[in-house]
This record gives sequence, structure tokens and C-alpha cells, in this order.
Amino acid sequence: MIAFLLRRLVYTLPIMLGVALVCFALVHLAPGDPLVSILPPDASGEMQQQLRTLYGFDRSYPEQFASWVWRALQGDLGTSIASGRGVTGEVLNAVGNTLRLAVFATLIGFVFGCLFGFVAGYFQGSWVDKAASITSVLGVSVPHYWLGMVMVIVFAVILGWLPPGGAGPGGSGDWVWDLEHMKHLVLPAITMSVIPMGIIARTVRALVADILAQEFIVGLRAKGLTDLGIFGHVVKNAAPTALAVMGLQLGYLLGGSILIETVFSWPGAGFLLNSAIFQRDLPLLQGTILVLAMFFVVLNLLVDVIQGALDPRIAR
Amino acid sequence: MNMLNVTVDASKVPALPMERSPGYWQTVGRRLLRDPSALVAGAMILFLLILAVFGPWLAPADPYASSMLNRLKPIGTDGYPLGSDELGRDMLSRLIVGARLSLFMGITPVICAFVIGATIGIVAGYAGGAVNSVIMRTIDVFYAFPSVLLAIALSGALGAGITNSLISLTVVFIPPIARVAESVTTQIRSRDFVEAARASGANAFTIVRVHVLGNVLGPIFVYATSLIAVSMILASGLSFLGLGVKPPEPEWGLMLNTLRTAIYVQPWIAALPGVMIFFTSIAFNLLSDGLRSAMEIKQ
Repeated sequence: MIAFLLRRLVYTLPIMLGVALVCFALVHLAPGDPLVSILPPDASGEMQQQLRTLYGFDRSYPEQFASWVWRALQGDLGTSIASGRGVTGEVLNAVGNTLRLAVFATLIGFVFGCLFGFVAGYFQGSWVDKAASITSVLGVSVPHYWLGMVMVIVFAVILGWLPPGGAGPGGSGDWVWDLEHMKHLVLPAITMSVIPMGIIARTVRALVADILAQEFIVGLRAKGLTDLGIFGHVVKNAAPTALAVMGLQLGYLLGGSILIETVFSWPGAGFLLNSAIFQRDLPLLQGTILVLAMFFVVLNLLVDVIQGALDPRIAR
Repeated sequence: MNMLNVTVDASKVPALPMERSPGYWQTVGRRLLRDPSALVAGAMILFLLILAVFGPWLAPADPYASSMLNRLKPIGTDGYPLGSDELGRDMLSRLIVGARLSLFMGITPVICAFVIGATIGIVAGYAGGAVNSVIMRTIDVFYAFPSVLLAIALSGALGAGITNSLISLTVVFIPPIARVAESVTTQIRSRDFVEAARASGANAFTIVRVHVLGNVLGPIFVYATSLIAVSMILASGLSFLGLGVKPPEPEWGLMLNTLRTAIYVQPWIAALPGVMIFFTSIAFNLLSDGLRSAMEIKQ
């Protein structure tokens, strides 16, 4: 187990460095002067030079990259060009909001995905199975940003039950665990949960069908085990893969939340990324992408390790 | 004994045995024709292709003609069967004409990524060793980004526009296709018939062309059809964010974006372009499921 853990870690480190390099390169692909958005049109050459030195844009790329990575390791992602505030604080705050949304969405998706998947896998070929397969195809096919719009139309515009957007009443950014704030969470979380629900339902259905067809199930049945007891065995066998898929989906939601956050004006990482792109705020753009991608890498690592712990065959 | 006395009419004897056992692709085709959901998918895609090719002639009105007097007319208004948008343009015509650009934006990246990714994957899989490691570890780095994030980050960095979003989506789809191509090629490479070909003096190029491509392209093709569904959603998503197609072109994602402001006035019209994206994505997902089971590819 320890060896497996170490092997995974050693494998992950170069990937992290690669991810940092891609984030850095990505931003320097951007055409145009990064300072254009904050410099007044009549700025003197001297002022331009000062700012350039301040943000480090005057140094060579390898130098910039090395110092960026070095400072990022110490938790400093630089200063936002547009707002002048520290990137780290802004990103972490936004990622917190996104995480809250993504965790809720993954939980909803996992519960219902497992439910549909188990029912469909147990009653293969029945109308329940067909209904569940159709639902999961619809779930993976739906453009989630459009689904978000439809949710807003139905539940906010027509029925007026839930707020159409924002993370809290009056557009307040600070999160409190109360009814008002929870109401703001409902629509985006449900919208976001549709894709993981479809994918988890598909995976679980295939897993359950696979497990039920195996010989040890026949053995258990012959031994006289009750259906409930057999169900326990199916769950135990399906759990590692289902959990792994859930973990990966959480990662995809974190990175892919930008469209849904835009629809619901949710002040998360996607929203921040969006504004960084349109304000051409390079340090903020770089930092947000880096944090989101690192989250995904670490999550992948965790999923692998947990899977290894649950199923010793993988760790070997 | 009259068996032997049968006169043989030479013209009736076929030169080749008539009863050929059906080939692989024939079997696949027959299975597809028997699969109801694949047939539905085929019909849906045919419908979309007709819209894409003949859209400008099918549209009842000019999709660009705006009219300040007829803004946001409800569905069923005289002359506006599906209502009008925020600039008074006919929704039905824009949805029909939009098929061409939307499908182009969704399908092109997958085709480009198919060519590039398959090449990279086959080279990595066939070469093996250090070449494989270098290529696949680089691919792993791109895999470390969630696809939506990578697409948006790339188009954000490159700037809005059709070409830039095509480039960024292509980059997003190369790694998964290369991975599939690499794993299939690696499996094929160690098979006996490849060894036999090599022993009989075939060079690497011939082996790849004859043995590897024939076995690898099928699975990648099926995988790529499922990517088209994702690509449609992503490409429209980029336009929805304002990173893809620019106004006034009719494209479904962009239409969703500009109609968002109308959500309180004509909510159902605002939702219409998404129905087209949803429809397209369902069609390609069903097609890919059908192909996968017809070709007996296990995920």
C-alpha cells in the first residue's frame, strides 16, 4: 500500500509541473500586451516600464515561469491586474463557492445515479431499465447551460418558487447556512447534477449487470443467501468503481462549472475565470486555471488511492 | 446416378461462390439496421444534415432581417411561426440556417482531432519505448485538465472567434483520441499476424497501413462519434459565453446567449436554440451507442 502510494505520488509530480507549464504557456499565448487593460492610453513610457517590472513581464519566459512556480508553491499567485487584489485570496474564495455547489451536485447525482443504475441493472430489459437508459442518455446529452436556463424559466420566472441567480439574497457574496441561501443553491445544484447522474447511472448499471452475471453470485444464491444479502455483495463489488467515477465527476464539475455559474450568476471559480478572460487579467486567469487544474490532479490522485485502499487488487 | 448425368451449363456456373459469408462491415451494417435507436439516430442526423445543407433555401424568411417593430413576438404570430428574437428576426429561419454553422463548429474539431490524435496515438503505440513514454506523458498533462476548463481557458487566451474556438476544441479532443489509438495499437502490435508480417519482410509503414489502421480506426471512429455530442455542447457553450461565433451569425449557442436577456419576456423562445443543441447531441450519442454495440466494442 505504501509503495503504491509513493508510486502514485512520484507519477503525479511531473504531471503537476506539466500542468503549471501549460497554464503558464496558455496565458502567454494570448495576443497583445497584458498591461493594455490597465494602462491609461496616455501613459508615459516610463510608467509602462515600471508596471512591466512590477508584474515581471520584462523578464525572460523561463525566469517568469520559475518565479511564478516558486511563489505559487508559497501560496502567492500574484496580483490581479484588474482589481489590484491578491489572486490567491480571490481564487480560493471563488473555488470555495464552486466547491459547495459541486459537492451538492455530485451528491445529488450520485444518489439518483446509483438508484437508477441499480434498478436498471437488477431489472435488465424491463421498462424501468429502458426508462433509466433513456434518462441517462438524456442526462449526458443535455447542454447543461441550457438546462439551467430552462430551470430558471420554470422555477424562477413562471412559478416564482426559487431565486433566478446569485449566491444569496441581495447579491451578497458571503455564504451563510440558512434557508435563504440554500434556496439559491437548489437550482444550480440540480442543474449541475444531471451530467454526473447520467454517467453514474450508466456505470452502475453496467457494473451491476456484470457482477450479477458472475459465478460467485450463483454460488451465494445456491448457498441460500437472501436477496438482501446478495445485494450487499453487489454493492461491495460495485462500490470502488462507482466511487471513483463520482470523484472524477466532482473534478469535472469543478472545472466545468463556468457555464452553469454564468447562467446562475454564481460567484464561483468559473465566474471568476469568465471575468478574467474578458478583462484580459492574465495573473488572475493563470491562477484560476492553475488552482482548478491542481484540484483535479489531486482529486484524481485521491480517487486512485481510495480505490487502491478499497480494492487491494488495484494497489498491487 | 443421375447426379453424374447433370449437364453442366457453363453460363450458369458462377465464377466465384455466390454464398460469401458476410464481411465484418456487412454484419455491422445489418445490426445497425435492426437497432431501433440507431435508426432513430440516423434519421435525426439526416434531418440535421438536410437543414445544414439546404438551410438557406428551406428558411421561410431572411435570418438576418431585423425589425424593431416585431421584436420578441410570441410563438405562432403571423409570419413568425416560432416567434421572433430580441432584434425582431424570425426564430424559425435562424434555427434552420443556424444548423450549418452550429454543426460545423461541433463536428470540425472532432474530425481534426481524429486525424491528429489517431496519428499521435498510432505512432506512440507502434514505436513503443521512449517515444511512447514521451508522447503519452505529455498527453497525460493535458488529461489533467477537465475538458470544459481547457476549452474555455484556451479560447479565452487565444481570443474570441470561430478559428480560435475550433483550435481550442481540437486541442481538447486530441488527448482522449490519442489515448484510445495508443492502447489499441499497443494491443495489435504484439499480435501474431503483425509478427508474421514483420517476419515476411513488411516494413513499418506497410504494417501500420494494412494491419494497424484496419483494426484501430473502427474503435477510434466510434469513440469520435460520441465526442461529437460533447463537442456540440462545448462549441455552443463557447459561443454562449461569447468566446465563439460572433453576432449576427445564426449559431445556436450564440442565440441562447443573446436571448438570455429576453427570458422574462418570451421565456420559451429564449429556450428554443438549446432544444436544437440537445437534439443534435442526443442524435450523436445514440448513434455512437448503436455503433458500439454493433461493432461489439467493449468500453
